[in-house]
Amino acid sequence: MKVQILGTGCKKCKEFYENAEVAIRELNVDCELEKIESIEEIVSMGVMVTPALAVDGKIQSTGKVLTVAQIKEVLER
Amino acid sequence: MFEKVADIIVRDLFHLGLQSSWGKTFHFFIYDTLKISFLLVFIILLMGVVNSYFPVERIRRFLNGRKLWGIENFLASTLGALTPFCSCSSIPLFIGFLKGGIPLGVTLSFLITSPLVNEVALAIFWGIFGTKVTVVYAVSGILLGTIVGRLLGFLNLDRYLQDWVQELVKQKIQDSAEDAKKTLKERLPEIWQEAMSVFKRVFPYVLLGLSIGAVIHGHVPAGYFEQYITRDNMFAVPVATLLAVPMYANATGIIPVVQSLVSKGIPLGTALAFMMGVVGLSLPEALLLKKVMKIKLIVIYFGTVACAIMLIGFLFNILF
Repeated sequence: MKVQILGTGCKKCKEFYENAEVAIRELNVDCELEKIESIEEIVSMGVMVTPALAVDGKIQSTGKVLTVAQIKEVLER
Repeated sequence: MFEKVADIIVRDLFHLGLQSSWGKTFHFFIYDTLKISFLLVFIILLMGVVNSYFPVERIRRFLNGRKLWGIENFLASTLGALTPFCSCSSIPLFIGFLKGGIPLGVTLSFLITSPLVNEVALAIFWGIFGTKVTVVYAVSGILLGTIVGRLLGFLNLDRYLQDWVQELVKQKIQDSAEDAKKTLKERLPEIWQEAMSVFKRVFPYVLLGLSIGAVIHGHVPAGYFEQYITRDNMFAVPVATLLAVPMYANATGIIPVVQSLVSKGIPLGTALAFMMGVVGLSLPEALLLKKVMKIKLIVIYFGTVACAIMLIGFLFNILF
């Protein structure tokens, strides 16, 4: 599974990334976590409001920082 | 209600006279903190509900189908006022709108109003300046976005977008899936959580602004600034606007300071021009925009917005 956090690097995106790290560790799943900061890439994935979460290239959430519990829920789906 | 609570805290808890300068300072601080916290939570929640039903994808779809002699600019500007988003989203949004087939002028209307009239600023404005000034502020902000966007739309500025953006805009978009149908009850926990996180983020700035405002309120004599900045001074508004450009205070924090200055003799229009300048024209934002706009477009864009802000400043000085 490939998990991507999209955001241009403001405080919210960092918080999101840290939450994702925790969620993956706690779930103990095999995941590749990546942070995408380039605007070109964010835009080409079709995201308009950051921070966003993508799993295996598919956008799962935009515009808000998800909590650890919420990220787990997305990953378990 | 908040007035009474503040009275009790200042008089009975701190044993300060309500007329002493520290008494005034604390009273202003406590009263305004209570009132503004309440309004903040209320308005952020309200906007959260609106936003939950009208996500940006839907707004984009809505704007795309409408070309109505300028009304689309007004709609974009109003939606910009209603949609809260973090400033780091402005570029993805900008491109997302263009890609969705929305003309540059209409996109700019959205982009201008969004930071200028936002839910946090409105809540604090309402708490501090009262309903009348808040409505006038919101309406002039929305009209500013509408008119400036409309004007810029006539100028065929698309060629001044960065080349990669021009390329990208030509590509088709794959519109994301329909938003899930949820009841308000199902949406509320998420809206509440988001509102609390916004509240927590802005509250320290509000407190800081209120503290500075409170000190000015209690310690600077009334009418103090009148000797320096008078209503008839032609240069006050332009200077206030330009001074604001390098500043990027979280807009909200600055409102209580502005109010204190106004109560001590700075004309409201001049103070507002300063505030709008801080939120609407920031140097960091210009640097961000450089990624998508060529310098010429940034200059035209900022120049027009600056002129419009000065106009609003003059207008407020005449009206109030």
